[in-house]
Amino acid sequence: MDEIFGIPAPLLFGQLLLGLINGAFYALLSLGLAVIFGMLNVINFTHGAQFMLGAFVAWALLSFLGLGYWWALLLAPLIVGAFGVLLERTMISRLYKLDHLYGLLLTFGVGLIVEGLVRNEFGSSGLPYRIPAELQGSWDLGFMFMPIYRGWVVVVAIVACLATWLVIEKTKIGSYLRAATENPALVQAFGINVPLMMTLTYGAGVALAAFAGVLAAPIYSVNPQMGANLIIIVFAVVVIGGMGSILGSVVTGFGLGIIEGLTKVFWPEASATVIFVVMAIVLLTRPAGLFGRA
Amino acid sequence: MAAPGGFGGTDFKHEDEVVLGFTKSQLLAFGVMVAFFVVAPFFLYPVFLMKVLCFALFACAFNLLIGYVGLLSFGHAAYFGMGGYLAGHAAKVWGFTPEIAILIGGAVGGLLGLVFGWIAIRRQGIYFAMITLALAQMVYFFCLQAPFTGGEDGIQAIPRGSLFGAIPLGNDMAMYWTTAGVFLIGFLLIHRIVHSPFGMVLKSIRENEPRATSLGYRTDDYKLMAFVLSATLAGVAGGTKSIVFGIATLTDVFWTMSGEVVLMSLVGGLGTIFGPVVGAAVIITMQNYLAEFGAWVTVIQGAIFVLCVLAFRRGIVGEIGNWLRVRL
Amino acid sequence: MTTAHVTTGPGRRTLIGGAAALTAGAFSALPLTGARAQAANTIRIGVLSDMSGPYRDATGPGSVVCTQLAAQEFAGRGFNVEVIQADHQNRPDVGSTIARQWYDQGVDAIVDVPTSSVAFAVNTIARERNKVFLNSGAASSDLTGPQCSPNTVHWTYDTYMLAKGTGDAIVRTGGQSWFFITADYAFGHALQRDVSRFVEAAGGRVVGAARYPFPQTTDFSSFVVQAQASRAQVLGFANASLDTVNSIKAAREFGLHRSMRFAALLMGLVDVHALGLAEAEGLLLTESFYWDLNDRTRRLSTRVRPLNQNRPPAMVQAGCYGATLHYLKAVADMGVAAAKADGRAAVARMKAMPTDDDAFGAGSIRADGRKLHPVYLFQVKGPRESSGTWDYYRVAATTSAEDAWRPLAEGGCPLVRT
Repeated sequence: MDEIFGIPAPLLFGQLLLGLINGAFYALLSLGLAVIFGMLNVINFTHGAQFMLGAFVAWALLSFLGLGYWWALLLAPLIVGAFGVLLERTMISRLYKLDHLYGLLLTFGVGLIVEGLVRNEFGSSGLPYRIPAELQGSWDLGFMFMPIYRGWVVVVAIVACLATWLVIEKTKIGSYLRAATENPALVQAFGINVPLMMTLTYGAGVALAAFAGVLAAPIYSVNPQMGANLIIIVFAVVVIGGMGSILGSVVTGFGLGIIEGLTKVFWPEASATVIFVVMAIVLLTRPAGLFGRA
Repeated sequence: MAAPGGFGGTDFKHEDEVVLGFTKSQLLAFGVMVAFFVVAPFFLYPVFLMKVLCFALFACAFNLLIGYVGLLSFGHAAYFGMGGYLAGHAAKVWGFTPEIAILIGGAVGGLLGLVFGWIAIRRQGIYFAMITLALAQMVYFFCLQAPFTGGEDGIQAIPRGSLFGAIPLGNDMAMYWTTAGVFLIGFLLIHRIVHSPFGMVLKSIRENEPRATSLGYRTDDYKLMAFVLSATLAGVAGGTKSIVFGIATLTDVFWTMSGEVVLMSLVGGLGTIFGPVVGAAVIITMQNYLAEFGAWVTVIQGAIFVLCVLAFRRGIVGEIGNWLRVRL
Repeated sequence: MTTAHVTTGPGRRTLIGGAAALTAGAFSALPLTGARAQAANTIRIGVLSDMSGPYRDATGPGSVVCTQLAAQEFAGRGFNVEVIQADHQNRPDVGSTIARQWYDQGVDAIVDVPTSSVAFAVNTIARERNKVFLNSGAASSDLTGPQCSPNTVHWTYDTYMLAKGTGDAIVRTGGQSWFFITADYAFGHALQRDVSRFVEAAGGRVVGAARYPFPQTTDFSSFVVQAQASRAQVLGFANASLDTVNSIKAAREFGLHRSMRFAALLMGLVDVHALGLAEAEGLLLTESFYWDLNDRTRRLSTRVRPLNQNRPPAMVQAGCYGATLHYLKAVADMGVAAAKADGRAAVARMKAMPTDDDAFGAGSIRADGRKLHPVYLFQVKGPRESSGTWDYYRVAATTSAEDAWRPLAEGGCPLVRT
């Protein structure tokens, strides 16, 4: 078993692994998007900008306050999440009763503003952010060198996905949340503050994006465009998984990461398009996505 | 997808249709629009106005789907861009006269629309939008790889040629009147479609598709027909743009272009006849004249979208119409 | 019916008023209308650049600053110079509308224009309107090849010179086998093709390439691992800007710097800044300008920095300075009226005169519009060598103006044969 389809087997394994790592980012980002859509019915197009903000806050914490990666991992989601809460309270909450399109356009506009402001302040070419000392270096897996940091990303992403899933599916708060999306009036009648829950949910979804941003900061250049390039792919992941399905977005995120990884070996030019091919096929055969309820 | 919020709730006065299906106030607005486009080139830069006209036609074509059938296409860049590429190729390499090139652009848009529409109309709402996006991204990939499109450099130096082989369009004013003519034909055609019995069926599909089906209409056929018409006109708009500017590039097939046309229609007013025209004018004006503010372009654009969604949800024309209680 | 008229009345006025307001707004935003009286004695230069996209830091506002500086330094020769600016948003349609409008309304020369699709569009329009186009930001060597124009000067750099500068130097110092990570678009292909030619001519060979989708790729680890598996000695990055930074980051992360040499084929000062010296250390790259090259470049930098957020000029920005200065010299030499009337004649005069400026020193412009000046291979300093921000390069090799650029006969420029 030296070669598979003309590609040396070790290389192929390596690529599968890398696909999985990319998938971790897709999963984490689409998770936030799915939570927000599932609970609030809002298509959050600012997600890319919020991901980017997470990375910039990490950079700012280091440069201005001397707070390193571990602090950023904790603080950046809180700071950007607070921004999300503000956004939800002042703007998004006015749109719940309207068509999805308006939420999408509003968040798209906010994304443009955020990206523009960051670009004016910090330029477009990006800022350096280094891998923390504890996670530098790589493991020799025999068939390739695996940077420790990438392994860390996968582990953290899986933990975050599991935790989110557990909170929503297995806790009391999660059950209120699910109930509130089905019938907000009834849940409100039970004495639960539904608007507050919506706000916090949005904040949590945004915090997830910022968390992914901090994870991405050491391996991708911290620049204003870093989210814009990802958002459309992540959006596709959510649709394929089934809008609002948490399990769906996580599984699809990892799955598409692997499919994309394989495409990068066999036909690299098409690796950005393959996701859309998958999306078209899935939607034609399973209208509500892989895990969605029609 | 439900009818875009904000419509139907307004208590419009009933106005009789006077000419060509226009009501009195629409006729007035139409007169203002035509007068504007007749007078404007003497005050404003004609090339800029031609760009407005091309995008206005594109936005009107898009609006035919979202405003009157309730289908949100997120892949209209494919028809616009492919129409542009083929018209450019026809004029530059095959040496066709501009009107033939533009028609070829429209035909390509229509053909592509027939195939994509046939696939996409099986789905509704956000899933319809996503399928159209997915298909459009494949077109983008094709354009990036196909040799005749010139990669990201695009097709450059497309000749304007002579209209009907007789009237040279190198002169900006001659080109302007031609573009205005194309736009006006397209605009009136859309208006005619919307006010025909066919258009009535489309609107009934938007309001209540199962009901339309139960009345014996083959709604899928109607939707496909509307889709093809919309794609054809988008192709015409793209072809005209290629001839006017002498370039056809990847920008026109990228998904951001699909997003832009949604924004134009929304800013102007979804489901209004004049909305897309005003919306296109506003967005193109922003692109051109905000360009001198350098880095602030995106920030200002973003702020305008936020403002529109929060305060002027019906769009500019929709708000004016609502205020005057007339349909525009 | 009467009430209907009462209600539509204000509407009509509002509509017309709105149109008038729009028109007025459009006029006021136009810097060119009006003030025709003194127009005859004013040279207008428009800087058309990327102010809001990925190339903003390497071009954009810094290009405007450098163009203005050239205009100021040339003040008082009997004519006025006015510099205006616009953001082409990397969109050919936006860029070509602005370019047409500028040329039609009295702009004599357009400067900079990064992104080759926009540059080609402006190239065509300048020729059509018989104006001047001074390109600094675009890389495509086609601007002085098949697409060359008597109205265009390509000042700063191009793909051929980048390929030769870096490719040649690395093969000669023992980098025999190459693997490329290439952005899948015309610029990436051209760069890879040109470098491959030099590598093969010098006895090296290309063992493979991975073409990745542009601009939608954020993660380069897969391509980096493919490069590693190829066992090539040199990894060439045929891409630009953020992609270069990201792909080099990934390559270091996967430890490729231990077994391969990196050749960044288009990388500039701002990219090194973005990458950080710790990761950029030792990289070889080709540029035609660096602020700390000699006394003259340092003096220029001292003048630019206060106007440019305390950043020294980057290569393309310095090119805007040099090109504008030389254009103004030609204008002074031939007279404002003649220069304004005939862009082709102005460019011909620029070609006839030797060039000399603080950024590029002495040089000349060839018949095909190619500006000739020496080209440098730089090596990026390590964090310990660097004395602070922007002290990033050490000169590794210098190629003379005669040898650095594509020979005139090879370009296929139609102007050359006549």
